[in-house]
Amino acid sequence: MERIIQITESIDCSTIYEELAHPDSGGICVFIGTVRQQTNNEEVTSLFFESYESMALSEIEKIIDEAAQKWKLNKVIVKHAVGSKKPTEPVVVVGASSAHRDACFEACRFLIDTLKQKVPIWKKEFFKNKSVWVSAHP
Amino acid sequence: MEILLFGITKNIVGASTFTVPASKKSELGIADVASLKGYLKETFPGLCDISSLAVAVNNQYASDHTSINETDEIALIPPVSGG
Repeated sequence: MERIIQITESIDCSTIYEELAHPDSGGICVFIGTVRQQTNNEEVTSLFFESYESMALSEIEKIIDEAAQKWKLNKVIVKHAVGSKKPTEPVVVVGASSAHRDACFEACRFLIDTLKQKVPIWKKEFFKNKSVWVSAHP
Repeated sequence: MEILLFGITKNIVGASTFTVPASKKSELGIADVASLKGYLKETFPGLCDISSLAVAVNNQYASDHTSINETDEIALIPPVSGG
């Protein structure tokens, strides 16, 4: 199975189809996470992402290994942005291609849910008058 | 022993790395993840207020019993929030 993993300053969503297209695949499923301009009715001006890159890459490899054991996938991509991102900008892309759609739909959900639980990347929300590391405090 | 810091832990400590003084390491017998966390929480009480605090040793999540050595790459991992 082919895989593309990136921690990058800027995600290019225009290349996703070519990256996931495969002659043995009958379906491609992609999730793109983007910056939402509101959190709890407060206006978000930007998000800032920081990663522990070497460990983040190794955790993403493990998640893809696990997905490849659960489903028959032909290609997988996982990309995460770092740095400052404005509303509507893409911050994460996960995608999979497989012979039939069930496998890539389920794998995609697993990839993003597990990434959010395990990969050492941190998000700071910037509002007009304050900034907060997300989930840092109970 | 140098500790890499990320996210909220960087703000709490006020730097992106923290070096455990060699004297403290031997005096307090800091030899595993649990003793390191104990020392850091005592030195930086703000670390006690965050939702969770994991430690990575050589790019892997480590348990409290994991031993640590001078040559290991050690990082504090506050609650992750990617995606």
